[in-house]
Parts: sequence; structure tokens; C-alpha cells
Amino acid sequence: MGMGMTSDLIQFALYLAVLTAIALPLGAYMAAVFTDKVRFLAPVERALLGAAGAGTVESQRWTGYALALLAFNGAGFALLFTILVLQGYLPLNPQGFEGLAAPLAFNTAISFVTNTNWQAYGGETTLSNFSQMAGLTTQNFLSAATGMAVAAAVARGFAARQARTIGNFWADLVRATLYVLMPGAVLLALVFVAFGMPQTLAAAFDATTLEGARQTIALGPVASQVAIKQLGTNGGGFFNVNSAHPLENPDAITNFLSTLAILALPAAFCFTYGRMVGDRRQGRALFAAMALLFVAGFAAIYAAEAAGNPQQAGLVIAGAGNMEGKEVRFGVLGSSLWAAATTAASNGSVNAMHDSFTSLGGLVAMLNMQLGEVVFGGAGVGLTGMLLFVILTVFLAGLMVGRTPEYLGKKIEAREIKLAALTLLVMPLGVLVLAALSIAAGTAAASVQDAGPHGLSELLYAYSSATGNNGSAFAGFSANTAWHDTFLGIAMMLGRFGYIIPILAIAGSLAAKKTAAATAGTFPTHGALFVALLLATILIIGALTFLPVLALGPIAEQVSLLAGRTF
Amino acid sequence: MNTYARPALVLLLLFTALTGLAYPLAVTGLAQAAFPRAANGSVVEAGGRIVGSRLVGQSFTSERYFHGRPSATTAPDPLDPAKSLESPYNAASSSGSNLGPSSAALAEAVKARVAALGGGPVPADLVTGSASGLDPDITPAAAAFQVMRVARARGIDEAQVRTLVRRNTMGRALGLLGEPRVNVLALNLALDALKP
Repeated sequence: MGMGMTSDLIQFALYLAVLTAIALPLGAYMAAVFTDKVRFLAPVERALLGAAGAGTVESQRWTGYALALLAFNGAGFALLFTILVLQGYLPLNPQGFEGLAAPLAFNTAISFVTNTNWQAYGGETTLSNFSQMAGLTTQNFLSAATGMAVAAAVARGFAARQARTIGNFWADLVRATLYVLMPGAVLLALVFVAFGMPQTLAAAFDATTLEGARQTIALGPVASQVAIKQLGTNGGGFFNVNSAHPLENPDAITNFLSTLAILALPAAFCFTYGRMVGDRRQGRALFAAMALLFVAGFAAIYAAEAAGNPQQAGLVIAGAGNMEGKEVRFGVLGSSLWAAATTAASNGSVNAMHDSFTSLGGLVAMLNMQLGEVVFGGAGVGLTGMLLFVILTVFLAGLMVGRTPEYLGKKIEAREIKLAALTLLVMPLGVLVLAALSIAAGTAAASVQDAGPHGLSELLYAYSSATGNNGSAFAGFSANTAWHDTFLGIAMMLGRFGYIIPILAIAGSLAAKKTAAATAGTFPTHGALFVALLLATILIIGALTFLPVLALGPIAEQVSLLAGRTF
Repeated sequence: MNTYARPALVLLLLFTALTGLAYPLAVTGLAQAAFPRAANGSVVEAGGRIVGSRLVGQSFTSERYFHGRPSATTAPDPLDPAKSLESPYNAASSSGSNLGPSSAALAEAVKARVAALGGGPVPADLVTGSASGLDPDITPAAAAFQVMRVARARGIDEAQVRTLVRRNTMGRALGLLGEPRVNVLALNLALDALKP
């Protein structure tokens, strides 16, 4: 084992340890926030909810909760779309950028409202400061708060006993923003600036380089957007290359903090959930399942990237790994860890170009998203996505022993199973069906950059990222066409509401049920056996759905590379 | 309908003011007061003029300077804005090459760069494009690789140049995080200060 690898392993171990150390207290804090125990901002809450009017206090049935959520996200979409289209007429536009074309504005508005933050636009060359701030930063907060509200409502529903309601959407939204996202983002943004990230309303400055050339260096309110893009599992960057840009991620410290921020809320929600359902072991089991999948994904990406590109054997000094599309200050470890975290969580920010990852490194990043963004996943929605798999696993375990499945003392019956099974269609619909349509229509071939199997990977990655609400890309893919702007937009909506509505329905249904006491015959859902079954369910479903197409993309590419073929 | 429409609209507007305007403006105010240098892009001045940002790479092609990594950034073609031209280290439009691992274009580019350096094997970061096209750093190995060329071009002692490289090599943060690296702009500024 070389020096480099030892240091890499230490960095990774440190990362996991610090992540867990943050997630535990943060999880406890959020549980207190969502169960009315933390109220130090009560006057602000009252002012906001009071202005919003009636219907913002009393607990809602799941249908009311879902309608409120849809109304809020619909209004958010309309406002953001309008801002982007009218950008040329709005203030804080020092570069004088014109409004976005309708398909791009549609795609970008859907993208930010669904917490995907797919960037079909180039930040520093398309968007004004006003659009970045009032448009994108706002939705960075609100889409994350929406996901967190869903998790709170679902945890309440699962914990309730013969209740008709699961909480109030408006109250959850306000609390998630005021008590968690806002203080976290302010703190993180200032730390980021302390370590070199710009935060200014100026658009750029000009320099004369040592060789006498003119260099225009784009600036802006970077740190404030980056802080919330990381915390809220958003991922939409200020600059085109996102956190690979040296002003969006200046050094190893900002990189470490950013990578922690990607997974902090999703990981903490496991513990929030355990506390809210009154059985912390349940939360720990979910955390263990997610952490195991995460470590496996990281190990695979790291091994592939450290091995390097076989094309370059003999040309470059061995041991540096695959450095195309990576930054020196992050290296193979920092880039692989980020890739594993950002695709596990539906964050989607990048500090290296995934398109230039090795075939197998890119495959794992893609698979992380195709599993349905349940390996920590998005803020709140990662947890609820995992709970859908929990319900399916409980059902499968029940079938094996011939008992009515139970979870947290509640009978899991046909209605819940049907709803959970329905969500299994989301990923194949959004990825396989929409990608196949693009291929059939000829719009896929027009957008891919690379020939050969890697071209298929670029297309698959785009639709996996959109449906998984991830937002990262194989960026050689030209996504900004009327076709892909539209269909990727549809994939993003499907991947967002196709999970949120069914899980809220399940929460409503479980809330109404009686809770039976555990008996000797109850299958425990907090032990190692259950975690193993849960992992098997996730991996088997993901593999059955996507292995065939992965064989045609990254696996075929890897085989070609080993045979010395390029395209 | 009013049950949902009013809170949706009112909260959206209030939160746009709070998170979309008050938050970034407040952070801007605090950052400008507490960390003005960083908040404005870590500007580097030399000889009374702005020569760049400490954090952003710039293009070096002269034999007298250490070179950074290949950059894939482009700029719009002044003759036809729909097209783009190569424009390394264009800090107004960041971009990687995004070439896949099996790309023939990547294979050829790497081969050509290695040949231009006199044949391989060479440090990987000197012949592969960075993610941003603006990477400010090279590895210590890539700096060591260039010492002889720079010393000759400047007519100075190699040992002097090597000392400068060592002084401008940053270790891992806290001795633990990230990778050892050399900031190319800082190193070249130090070279100029030594013997312009």
C-alpha cells in the first residue's frame, strides 16, 4: 500500500466519522423542530403563517398536505419561469443577459422546483445575479424544505395511532427553512468565504496575466448559493463547472465541508425518523443500510479512478489515476468521494467531470441514481424513498413466512403494497422509456458528444440524473435542445412527485391504522437480518431494471477499452 | 381553492424576499466586511496592476514560466457567435473537455501532449485537461518535471528554481486533507521576483 492510498483511506474514514458525528445531533435537533419542541423563532413563524392566512395551522389529511405541496411547488415553478424569461428586464443584471428561451426556462424552473438542479444553462454566461439569487437560491431553499416537510409528515403518519391527519404542510415548510436551512446556510456561506469563496454583487474583474493577455474572471454572490446548494441537496452551481471551479471550491477545506454538507441532512433524517417514530433503532437500521451502500459505491468508484485510464498506460507516470476532468487540489480521492456522495444523495453538484470518469466509475455514479436516490438521497425524500423499499421488504419477508406483514406495529396491506410497487415504475419510466424514445426519435444521437458505447452512457446518465432528481451530468451531452429540455423536465417531475404523492398516501393510510404491540412472532425491522434483506431488495430491483442497458453502455465501453479500442 | 392558493403565493413571495434577497445580500454584507479579499475574488497585484486571482489558473506558454494543465475552455468566435474557439483559461466561461475514457480524441490529445514534452512517461496532470479548465495548481511532480526547462530559459541555477518550487508547494490542509500542490501563478510570480 502506497503513501497516497494510506492517506486516502484516512481521509475517507475521517469523512465517515465526522458525517456520523454531525448527523446524530442534527437528526435529534430536526426531530425537535418537527415535533414543536424547538420554537425560538416563534414570532417569525407566526408572522409568516399569519400573513399566509387560514389553513396554515391545523393538521391536514394526507390529501390536503399533498395539495398544499403541489400548489406551493406550482406557484414556485410559475414565478421562477417568469423570472428567467423576463431576466433582461429585471434588476441586478450587470452583464445585460437576455431572457432565457421558453424550453430552457421550463427545464430550469422544473429543475430547481423539483430539487434536481440540472444545469442545461451555463451559469456565468446565461444568468443574471437577480436570476441566481431571487430565482435559483430561493428554490434551493424551498425545494429542500419541501422534501424535508414530506419526511416530517411521513414520520408523523407512521408514528400516529388511528389519526386522520399527518401535520400541516405550511408549518413544516416554514420550520424547515427557518430552523434548519437558513441558519445552516448563513454559517456555511461565511465559512466558505473565509476559505476563499467570492461573495460580491460585481460580475467580474479584468486582469492582465503575466504573459500580457487579458483575463476576465467571473465573480458573483457565489458562497451564498453554494452553501444552500450543498445543504439542500440541490447541486445547481453558480458556475458552469459547478464545484470544480476554483472560485466555487477553492481548496481542500471547502471541499471537505462541501462533501459533508451534501450528506449531512439526508443522513441526519434517519435519526430524525427514529426519534419521531419513538424507536431510535429503526432510524439506525436505515442509516446502516444507506451507509453500507454508500461505502460500497465509494470503494468501487475510487478503485476504478485510481486504476486510471488504460489508454494512457506508458504515457503517464503510473499511480496518479485518471486525471482527465479532475482538479489537482482534490485528486482521485477527493473527486471519487464527492462523486459517490453527490450521486448517492440526489445532490448533483460535481467537483470533477463525471463524463471523463473511467467506465466503471461512471457506471457506479449512474447506478447510485438508478437505485432511486435512496442511498441517503435528497433532503427528506431520500428517507421516504428508502421507506418505500422498507415496505416492500417487509412485504417480501411476510410472504416468506406466511404472516401478514407489519411495520412499526401497523399491518401493511394491499393498498400500501400497491402504492409502494407503483413507485418502482418511476425509474424505468423516466430512464428507460424516455431514453428509448429519444433514441427512436433521433434526438439522442444529435446530442451525444462521444461515439460508441460512451454515447449511450451520456444519454442514460442524463435521464437517470433527471428522474433521480440528481442534477449531475455527463456534461458532454448537449441537453439544451427543445426535445431534451422538455423530456428531461418531464422526467424530473415524474421522479419528484411520482414518489412524494404515493408515500404521502401511504403515510395517511398508516396513520389511520391501529398499532399492535410487538409479539414473539413479529419480524424485527431494526436488526442486521432486516438490513440485509432491505439491501438485497434494493439491489435486486435496481439490477434487474438496469443491468441490461448498463451492459450496452459502460460495461461495453470498459470491455472495448481493455481490448484497446477507442471511438 | 383559496385554501391553497393564498398561502402558496404569500409564502412564496415572502420567502423570495427572505431567502432570495435578504439572505444573499446579508451574506454579501457580512462577507465584504469580514473577508474583503476573498469576497472579491482573491485578486493578485504585482507591479501596481492586477495580474489575476490567486485561485484561478491562467495560461502560460513561455519557456520562462512553469506551465499549468491543459485547459478545455472556449470563447465565442467573434466572426460567428454560434461557433466557439479554443481559449485556454477563459475565466468567464469554465468548462472541462468532458471527453469519455474511450474517446479517440482524448487518446490523441494525450499522445500529442506527451510527445510535445519529449516523450513519456510524464506526470499525468501535465497532459490531462482539468475539470474547470481553470485549475490553478499542478502536482509537485509536474513542477519538478519543468525545473530544468525554466532554469535554462532564464539562465539561472536549477537549485534556485527547485528551492522556489519547494517554497511554493502547499501540503495537505491540516496535514490530512486534499493533495499536495503547487500554485502555478504564485510560483511564476516568485520566479519573476527572483530575476525578472
